[in-house]
Amino acid sequence: MSPEFIIAAIVTIVGLTTPILLAGLGELVTEKSGVLNLGVEGMMLMGAIAGFAITAFTFNPWLGVLGAAAGGALSSMLFAVLVLQLNSNQVATGLALSIFGTGLSSLIGNAFTGRIVPQFGSIFPAALAKDPIWKLVFGYSPLVYFALAMIPLTAWFLKSTRAGLILRAVGENDHSAHSIGYSVTGVRYAAIAFGGAMAGIGGAYFSMVITPMWAEKMTAGRGWIALALVVFAGWRTGRLLAGAYFFGFLMWLELFAKANGFGNSLPFLQDIPSQVWAAMPYVMTIAALTLISSRGNVGASAPACLGKPFLPST
Amino acid sequence: MRLKLEKRPAPSTFMLIATPIASVLLTMLIGVIVFDAIGIAGERAVIDIFLTPILASYKWQDVAVKAAPLIIIALGLSIGNRAQIWNIGAEGQYVLGALAAAGVGIAAGPDASSLTLIPMILAGILGGAAWAAIPAFLKTRWDVNEILSSLMLTYVSFQVLGYLVGGPWQDPNGRNFPATAPLPEQLTLPILFQGTTVHLGVAIALILPFVFWLVMSRSVFGFQIRVVGSAPHAARHGGFDAKQTIWAALLIGGGMAGLAGALEFTGSLKAVNLGFPSGYGFTAIIVAFLGRLHPIGCLIAGFVLAVTYVGGQVAQTTVHIPNATAGIFQAMMLFFILASDILIRYRVRIVKAKGAHA
Repeated sequence: MSPEFIIAAIVTIVGLTTPILLAGLGELVTEKSGVLNLGVEGMMLMGAIAGFAITAFTFNPWLGVLGAAAGGALSSMLFAVLVLQLNSNQVATGLALSIFGTGLSSLIGNAFTGRIVPQFGSIFPAALAKDPIWKLVFGYSPLVYFALAMIPLTAWFLKSTRAGLILRAVGENDHSAHSIGYSVTGVRYAAIAFGGAMAGIGGAYFSMVITPMWAEKMTAGRGWIALALVVFAGWRTGRLLAGAYFFGFLMWLELFAKANGFGNSLPFLQDIPSQVWAAMPYVMTIAALTLISSRGNVGASAPACLGKPFLPST
Repeated sequence: MRLKLEKRPAPSTFMLIATPIASVLLTMLIGVIVFDAIGIAGERAVIDIFLTPILASYKWQDVAVKAAPLIIIALGLSIGNRAQIWNIGAEGQYVLGALAAAGVGIAAGPDASSLTLIPMILAGILGGAAWAAIPAFLKTRWDVNEILSSLMLTYVSFQVLGYLVGGPWQDPNGRNFPATAPLPEQLTLPILFQGTTVHLGVAIALILPFVFWLVMSRSVFGFQIRVVGSAPHAARHGGFDAKQTIWAALLIGGGMAGLAGALEFTGSLKAVNLGFPSGYGFTAIIVAFLGRLHPIGCLIAGFVLAVTYVGGQVAQTTVHIPNATAGIFQAMMLFFILASDILIRYRVRIVKAKGAHA
């Protein structure tokens, strides 16, 4: 393995990881408030097209990212109103949001097929960002640093702020939180919106960073991997970061096995079909979920109210 | 002024039947308005998606063939949903059903007799049920959430599919295209009407809802499923085993999805390739809800959703919107049906805000 090979691999893995890290972090906060939103894939696609469209109109990718966040958050509100106001089934509503987002993004995107939008410039001096070694640290899209910065921020928010404490209380015991005067519905609206915004930015990574062009269903199922990631991480931010990079590594192995075969670089992996790597995140998520469900003492557990509708008794 | 919900003494049967119909009509109406607003001929799009497949008789066979897997999968899912078991991995069970049938077909070889179809279809049911047995086992043994496990397994199934059709089961004469060899003529399902694509699976999809209806309304098992879902405490007192219900719900859901996969493979596609999972397993969830988890409801709703699939293809050529647009309408129907669920058990009252501090 040459150093160039390792550097190229790391750069690819960072790119594969960032969208699921963003979307996963948003979904983690949503789920911490007790809401299971299976609409991540749809929200990512809505963010992808919103970001692309805004950038196409304004020629400003920063505004595009804001648009992506707004697109994701707005589409999540559809889910929020149904689930929080009308107590609809969260699983079915989330699935509907995924189907809806896939369809609507395809329809809107139809008008943008073949267009190319301006991309982010580097936020670091070119000498660093283009350097064959230093690009490992400085050569990424601003969204990569944003995702990494959001991890400690979210962890701090959930752990050390009053609002974060309330959010977790709502997810663990909605009735108690309600009876001491917190607005369960209000907190969940905010958590769902945050989840939508982050999924939207994660989706924009596809349409604005990986390729500056629009393609139907371009998130290619990564929304579902992001959902798996939250479970795999046991609903903890630190583990989400580690898990995201681990999943990113597995996705790279899959790509590599498909494209090149491991031949000279990693000969001992030659005989393993690429599908094994692709299935791995899901299999390991089921294993992690089983461990969490059966033992309960692995330092992680699902929020107690996850997926359950809140019906105040008064 | 605000809206207040008042619990009805008994669920409203009128609302139960009226809301799915209203959901479809509202979807069409909103569709026209929204499409017009974004500069697409709304009436044309909605007519093509919802009515052309019904009015143009040459589209009927497409609708029937698309409705069959949706109905069959939705029947199985309704049982689970009634018992509050959320199997959302039907797409994966559908894939495994087709793969199991394909495996038997490949093992039997190109000269197998047409009777081989029977073990192929049975293998399909077993394959789907086996895939659903994993979440059932995990749930009954360690209380693992079946929503998450069945969903994850769907994405694992796509990789199993990719491995088999691109590896050991790949058609040696297929120019390296990842797909199984086309089924020999005698191993494909009989066509019901000569010159059409309507195969035996469509007849099965038309008969099964009545079988399910009979079982659900007349048998102890049907009673058990309904009681477990609506009154779990009573069910426990009545001696109904919760674990047994979980197994039954998931195995039936998986078995039906597997059957649908085997019928789609032997009746329509005749080979399994990477495009086999086309979302029927997810759309069937919409069918089950739109059909109000009732077997006859699933039958009707299956046809409605099939119409939107076929209509989506029509609209693709007439108003030049992407095929995926049908998904917008399918999702809208589900949104409306979910939003209106509350009307079955609650009455909506308008209350004046002042003094009405509840």
